[in-house]
Amino acid sequence: MGNSNRAIIINIAFVLIGLIYIVRLFMLQVVDPSYKFYAESNTQRKLTQYPSRGLIYDRNGKLLVANQPVYDLMIVPREVAPFDTLAFSQALGLPLEQVRKLFQEVRNNLRSRKISSFKPSVFYKQLSAEQYAVLQEQLYLFKGFFAQRRTVRKYEYPLAAHVFGYVAETNENHLKNDAYYSLGDYTGISGIERSYEHFLRGQKGARYILVDVHGREKGPMRGGRLDTAAVAGKDVTLTLDIDLQAYGELLMQNKSGSVVAIEPSTGEILSLVSSPGYDPALLIGRERSRNFPALVTDSLSPLLNRAIMSGYPPGSTFKTVMALVAMQEGVVRSSTSHVCNNGFHARGIHVGCHPHRSPISLVPSLSNSCNAYYCYAFRDVLDNPVHGSPKVGLDRWSSYLHNFGFGQRLGSDFFNENPGFVPNSEYFNRLYRGSWGSLTVISLSIGQGELLTTPIQMANMTAAIANRGWYHTPHVVKAIENDTIPSRFKEKHHTGIDSIHFEPVIEGMEQAILGEIGGTARLARIPGIEVCGKTGTAQNPHGENHSIFVAFAPKDNPKIAIAVYVENAGYGSSWAAPIASLMIEKYLTEQIHPSRNWLEQRMLNANFIDAQQE
Amino acid sequence: MHSRNNNTQSLDWVSIVLYLLLVGFGWVNIYAANTEADSPVFWIANKEYVKQLIWIGFSFMTIGILLLIDSKFYVEFAYPSYILGVILLLAVIFVGVEVNGAKSWFQLGAIRFQPVELTKVATALTLARVLSRFQFSFTSWQDLLLLGAVWLLPVIIIVLQNDLGSGLVFFAFLLPFFREGMSPYVLVFGVLAALIFVLTLLIPNYSILLLLAGAFFSILLFHKYRKETLMALAVASGVYGLMALVMQARGGDINHDMALLSGMGLASLGLGFKALLRRLPTVGIYILLFWASVGFAYSADYFYENMLGEYQRSRILVLLNLKDDPQGAGYNVNQSKIAIGSGGFSGKGYLQGTQTKFNFVPEQSTDFIFCTVGEEWGFLGTTAVVLLFVFLLMRLTYLAERQHSAFSRIYGYGVAAIFFFHVAVNIGMTIGLAPVIGIPLPFFSYGGSSLWGFSILLFIFLKLDTNRGQVLR
Ligand SMILES: [Zn+2]
Repeated sequence: MGNSNRAIIINIAFVLIGLIYIVRLFMLQVVDPSYKFYAESNTQRKLTQYPSRGLIYDRNGKLLVANQPVYDLMIVPREVAPFDTLAFSQALGLPLEQVRKLFQEVRNNLRSRKISSFKPSVFYKQLSAEQYAVLQEQLYLFKGFFAQRRTVRKYEYPLAAHVFGYVAETNENHLKNDAYYSLGDYTGISGIERSYEHFLRGQKGARYILVDVHGREKGPMRGGRLDTAAVAGKDVTLTLDIDLQAYGELLMQNKSGSVVAIEPSTGEILSLVSSPGYDPALLIGRERSRNFPALVTDSLSPLLNRAIMSGYPPGSTFKTVMALVAMQEGVVRSSTSHVCNNGFHARGIHVGCHPHRSPISLVPSLSNSCNAYYCYAFRDVLDNPVHGSPKVGLDRWSSYLHNFGFGQRLGSDFFNENPGFVPNSEYFNRLYRGSWGSLTVISLSIGQGELLTTPIQMANMTAAIANRGWYHTPHVVKAIENDTIPSRFKEKHHTGIDSIHFEPVIEGMEQAILGEIGGTARLARIPGIEVCGKTGTAQNPHGENHSIFVAFAPKDNPKIAIAVYVENAGYGSSWAAPIASLMIEKYLTEQIHPSRNWLEQRMLNANFIDAQQE
Repeated sequence: MHSRNNNTQSLDWVSIVLYLLLVGFGWVNIYAANTEADSPVFWIANKEYVKQLIWIGFSFMTIGILLLIDSKFYVEFAYPSYILGVILLLAVIFVGVEVNGAKSWFQLGAIRFQPVELTKVATALTLARVLSRFQFSFTSWQDLLLLGAVWLLPVIIIVLQNDLGSGLVFFAFLLPFFREGMSPYVLVFGVLAALIFVLTLLIPNYSILLLLAGAFFSILLFHKYRKETLMALAVASGVYGLMALVMQARGGDINHDMALLSGMGLASLGLGFKALLRRLPTVGIYILLFWASVGFAYSADYFYENMLGEYQRSRILVLLNLKDDPQGAGYNVNQSKIAIGSGGFSGKGYLQGTQTKFNFVPEQSTDFIFCTVGEEWGFLGTTAVVLLFVFLLMRLTYLAERQHSAFSRIYGYGVAAIFFFHVAVNIGMTIGLAPVIGIPLPFFSYGGSSLWGFSILLFIFLKLDTNRGQVLR
């Protein structure tokens, strides 16, 4: 191999390498498009723009729930420069110990790679506007920290907490079930905040920025042309009358129980009180972590929405429906009379009654709340020879109750309704191994025994009676901004009872209040208003019985139907009836008649919680 | 020292224009890699492009001085400069500062300087001096020993500084060795050794052994030693089969390495004996070559498994494309390919690169400056740079070949070889064709001492070229 040949070989090597590189560059830069794509995702970052939630108004347009800004203090660990920890803790308004703990957390998260040193993560959540104002002036002293604005709820009234529910950060389930959510988003956890989440949450926006390898902002991407603004949530108007709600909560202070008031013609819930309640502001943002445990462990269960979640035996208030079913079944007419000999006695079964004139017909049986009358009526429904068996009779009775909305979720806009319980023949066959008859289950006739209903179901029943045979599913949302409420709230549900049968029942309910002798609810009498009502007592094996009252008014063209429960208060006539009547009066006349001021005072002063606790 | 200027020719302006184009375009890209859109202030003393401008000026001054010095001086100066270079290399181990894990820098105030840049010049001069000695021969053991010592001493010191990349650059001198008559087999065996090393990472040792044995027998057959080959093959496979059976009978796993080595050992003993009797030196050489390869394969494997750290192992795997690790060791290459690839055919436009500007590419103004070229100037820019370097290399070999003086020729090839190695490895690593060895792209990469060193390297040769009609010694 000559030396000049070697010079040529060397030159060939140079050219060959050059050619290989040029071909490779051609592949990389011209042929393969994937690198351009990678380059885009390398330099851009999406910043979420959080929308503010929709506002909530009452039926008269009063603002109930708004939003307030809070500030998440963010940290980019890599950019933090040494600083005075004491000054930092003072600026933040936190004890030094806690600040140290927060930094320890950041270090732990860095070590376990939960957070990145280059990217912002939350250092301290939800500083209030006041706290932030203090911090803001000194924030420049602390490199690597910045504040990010979010909004949380602001409640204009300390009321209706159970209706609103609350908002909190999404958990793993939310993230799994709904692709809309990302870590750190807020979502409604209960109440209408949950049921109407899709309307209230709005639409997140995004800002695209260019970042360097350390995640530092270098300006907007493509001049901000890709950015989308956040869309605020839709405003929601409730069916609640906030003044009535406030009055209801006032009357129910120091009592446990609930009030549900419905406009019969629409099914709109005018007031929904569950007592004891809590100030919804207790569950805003950072407050929640402090208050929530106390509310959960409170023996009076203030977080429990009794109005929709507690099932009680309806007691004597059930006699209204019992009478309607018996008439529709043709076993009772308005003229039907029964003898009441201090109660109902048959084959060793004894259901007691209080003294009243006997025999007694339908209307006074309601106003006097005669137990025997309804035992006969119930027995006649079950033992009606056309059915051939009391079991068929019971199932027929049971289907009427379902028509009234009992034994199932009504389908209101509360997601966690208790269905209550209406037994059927199958249930008793299992319980009594097949051998049972009308007398075995006779206590159902007076709303005792296995029957369980919730306050909202009772209010709905009352609305159906007020409407003489039909109801709209109770609901709490009246309108949604640029949208419609669910169509199921527009549907009429028929009870299957002919309207003609309602008149004697309503007469009986009116007499319960007006009745000279034996009227069980005379305390519910309101001057100038025809109120129809029925008292009840739910037996409570654990203590004093629960006081129940259902009523509607006025008698013709009713505007309000109401169910009131006062736990451990004894007879329905003494406590639930006056409270219901005060609510009705307030709603219809916007004031309380001077002659009833003493009654109002007595209700306000009553305290069944402390008595129960002793 | 003689000074006969009557024979002096003019400077090679082609090389100088290529040099100026590369330095100028290099600076333009350093400016791009370091400028920020939101700070239009140009003159900030601590910016890399400002510092680089100062170094360019300093290099031009140095070039002026170099061109004034008589060519004879460089011949005389070769040995002293080599001693100085080695002393500086040793000194930096004790008083140098560490940068990126390599203790190879002197720090004088704001100026950082890597003595290896000067050592490259000194070694190129000295190797030229040694090779151009009248009686030098690649077949003389003494000459080879001297050459090897001069060549490898700096490499050992540089590797001790933990600056593997700069150490590898010295292997570029194989190119002038080749030009001056070194057997091409040295290069062939070098490639073969590299191949075996890569194979040890890919497949078990006994498979390599099997391959080598196959190659060994094939070559013997090729040389028409049919009978001997078949006999050796029978012995080897017989011993292997017997040992495998015994191992299996004793219930253990079959040790293929052991069985194969024993078989081939016995077969080579028989063959060697026959070769000695029948005087067949070729067979003997092939037996020795076979065992040298086997020894190399096993020691390479041992070196890889036991001498290298986890980081270096993973680096080697990523380099060889045997391991995909875009966030770890492969991060640099991946980001660099993204930056270059995103440039497209004509680039994003000057100062419009996002990948390099926002620091996605690490060391974007030093080792990965080619990414800025790729992103902002596109395929047109990168091809232009590659072509400029190829032209420069071809020009340098052309100049070297026209030297009357062997010293000048060999030095010229040394300069071309160093440029070639730097360009091939640096551009190769940014496009995923070469291992990520942290060596700069000549004239382009930010770094004063490398620009200065490359300028000296080139312009000493251009000065020697002005005396190409003379025989310098
Ligand atoms: Zn009676």
